[in-house]
Amino acid sequence: MALFSKLKSALKKTKDLLRTDVRDLFKSGEILDEAKLEEFHRGLITTDMGVEASEEVVESLREEFGGRTVDPDAVWENVKNTLKEILKGDGSTNWDPENPLSPLNMATEGPTVILVSGVNGVGKTTSIAKLANYLTKSGKKVVLAAGDTFRAAAVDQLTKWSQRIGCEIVRKDPGTDPASVAFAGCDHAVQIGADVVLVDTAGRLQTQQNLMQELEKIRRVINKRIEGAPHESLLVLDATTGQNGISQASKFSDAAGCTGIVLAKLDGTAKGGVVVAIRKKMGIPVKYVGVGEQLDDLQLFSPDDFVEALLEES
Amino acid sequence: MFESITQNLTDALGNFTRGKLSEGNIRDGMAQVRKALLEADVNYDVAKSFCDNVTKQAVGDQVLKSLKPGEQIVGIVYNELVNLMGPVDHSIAIRRGEMAIIMMCGLQGAGKTTTCGKLATMLKEQGATPMLVAADLQRPAAIEQLRVIGEQVGVPVYWEEAGSSTPVKVCQNAQKAAKKEGCNVLILDTAGRLHIDDSLMKELVQIDNKLMPHQALLVCDAMTGQDAVNSAKAFNEALELDGVILTKLDGDTRGGAALSVKAVTGVPIKYIGVGEQLDKLEPFHPERMAQRILGQGDVATLLETAQRVLDAEEMEDQQQKMLEGKFTLDDFLKAMSQIQRMGSMKSLMKLIPGMGQMAQAMEAMDGMDPDKDVKRVKAMISSMTVEERRHPDRIDRSRRNRIAIGSGTDPAEVNDLLKQFKGMSGMMQQMAGMNMGDRMKAVRELQSEAMNPNSRGVSQGKQRSKRGDLTKDALREKKKKERQRQKKARKRKK
Repeated sequence: MALFSKLKSALKKTKDLLRTDVRDLFKSGEILDEAKLEEFHRGLITTDMGVEASEEVVESLREEFGGRTVDPDAVWENVKNTLKEILKGDGSTNWDPENPLSPLNMATEGPTVILVSGVNGVGKTTSIAKLANYLTKSGKKVVLAAGDTFRAAAVDQLTKWSQRIGCEIVRKDPGTDPASVAFAGCDHAVQIGADVVLVDTAGRLQTQQNLMQELEKIRRVINKRIEGAPHESLLVLDATTGQNGISQASKFSDAAGCTGIVLAKLDGTAKGGVVVAIRKKMGIPVKYVGVGEQLDDLQLFSPDDFVEALLEES
Repeated sequence: MFESITQNLTDALGNFTRGKLSEGNIRDGMAQVRKALLEADVNYDVAKSFCDNVTKQAVGDQVLKSLKPGEQIVGIVYNELVNLMGPVDHSIAIRRGEMAIIMMCGLQGAGKTTTCGKLATMLKEQGATPMLVAADLQRPAAIEQLRVIGEQVGVPVYWEEAGSSTPVKVCQNAQKAAKKEGCNVLILDTAGRLHIDDSLMKELVQIDNKLMPHQALLVCDAMTGQDAVNSAKAFNEALELDGVILTKLDGDTRGGAALSVKAVTGVPIKYIGVGEQLDKLEPFHPERMAQRILGQGDVATLLETAQRVLDAEEMEDQQQKMLEGKFTLDDFLKAMSQIQRMGSMKSLMKLIPGMGQMAQAMEAMDGMDPDKDVKRVKAMISSMTVEERRHPDRIDRSRRNRIAIGSGTDPAEVNDLLKQFKGMSGMMQQMAGMNMGDRMKAVRELQSEAMNPNSRGVSQGKQRSKRGDLTKDALREKKKKERQRQKKARKRKK
């Protein structure tokens, strides 16, 4: 699939990094000893998946194959399956490659509200632009609510995107209460009969309690205007983020009730493995991945491809 | 910052200070230390060699036979941490009559533009005349962002229309403009780029070649995981970095990147960003950071902040008033605003040795937010008349109710504040009469009691039920101290 070839090429570096380590490791006929497991553990740690998840993978290898001669295929199957299982979770999220909107929980009636949040500089505004582009191309009528009234020129940034995409944007003066922008956005969407409202928020560190409360308020206010909203609350996560991603996911979930993750900046050498740890600990699924700076560089997440691209042998 | 790494390390090292040490349990302990480091995003190889180093030194006879082997090991860990992160050089050389050019680079979203503003603020404070250059023509509205920041800081910004120029041209023109305006530092805000994006990296090298910056600084997000080392390496290979600025250290990141980047690339960390406001840039001190990581507090930074922000005259004035017992609620309000200028109560507590864990414990208990309490107290005092502030004794029930309504609080809270203030001013008089040694002792006693969960003083649940959301830290501790003192006084009388 064209979509995935792009993802794969983005992850190629990752794969190369991991593969060189690992291919040397698991040679058929050799004995899988502690030194090899240790080296493999190192490889997993470099993906940022965290000590716990990588130990789980290593432990299952140790149990199954430890001290025996290596059958590379079987070892690979085992690793991939463990990771895929973690990423797929309880199976409630659907990633249908034919329908790029499948993981999104759409409203049965009226506009669907998607709240987007995350820490500073992860790529929220860019991800929103990509998502808006995605939705517009799928024939949806999109309204953007420029809720980042804090950072200098953030509203301008989103406005420029909206012009490029050709969708509507609701904006207010810098310093306005972001909840009121969100409300106005929902209001406007209802009036013009839009399908989707994307609510941008200012970047905030998850430890800033007052700002996290502000996020909670935005969510409440949205719910006041449109019942059942926000239908989706997406956390944008920087693929370079390390174990702090777990703290981000848990605290943003408390405030914004995250229903999914957009893993941005996967086009670098970072592996974004922390989503494995997050899925394991909190069950929040990845829904989309960002693989570049262009508008169409947003892709549907696929657990199989993610793991394959991460560990694929050839 | 660094809480979790601190927590885990403290646990691991705590085992060393208890019980008998042998080579075996040192190795077990170091395995724990390694896990803590990995969970903190320290690079795998760095963590491994760190632990190997410490183990090698720790299992030596000299350590095990020494009087306090556990403390020796903690000492070794401290030294290794400092070695790992240091040494640093904070200077940005500005020669007279010459323009210093500082080039900022980094991945997207690391915080380059904001850091440019912070750096400009700092340099301006030091007497330089900086100019910001908007060389980020990539991200929509990046130029606007820098212009807004320049306005906030009061520093000129050089910019050109994104469509009609190239970053190299912008920088060159900016250099000329800066000369004309008489600026002596040029700060280039380059676009965020991936270290594997060849064309953009080439562009950066081009700027580097054309302008020959005196300093090439990498801006690095402290929350970065294992990849931090990769990108730092790539940028260093392209530009020969002079330093790293670590941003977003005010979150709960474990900051392993800080430990790895220096170790792997040899590029020192120069500054750290600790907040969104434009004055939240601090020089990086490996010793202080190591102390913070080991949970030993960072009094040096606290004192520095205090000196920078507090009004010395006013402080002296207040101390005099305390001595004379004339400290009023008004003075209390002033003192509180001064302290608040230094940062949030929570961030201050973390700098005081031993208090970091307390700040954490308070955070863990929902609703215990010292900063919120300070706000409430300020609201209450602001709702009092001048007379009431001077003579809190005159506040009767009806006045109390009025104050509560005016400040949006509960009459009981107002009552508590008054009670605490009364206790506090008495205690202050006593403290003011003590010499420095006695004061330190009193503070230490207070601390050990505070950290002891069985002590009567801080059984927090009980406290809360008694008086709800009120100033927890300052007031409560002082009140407790006063109680102790009274007790002692009573004993003495007997």
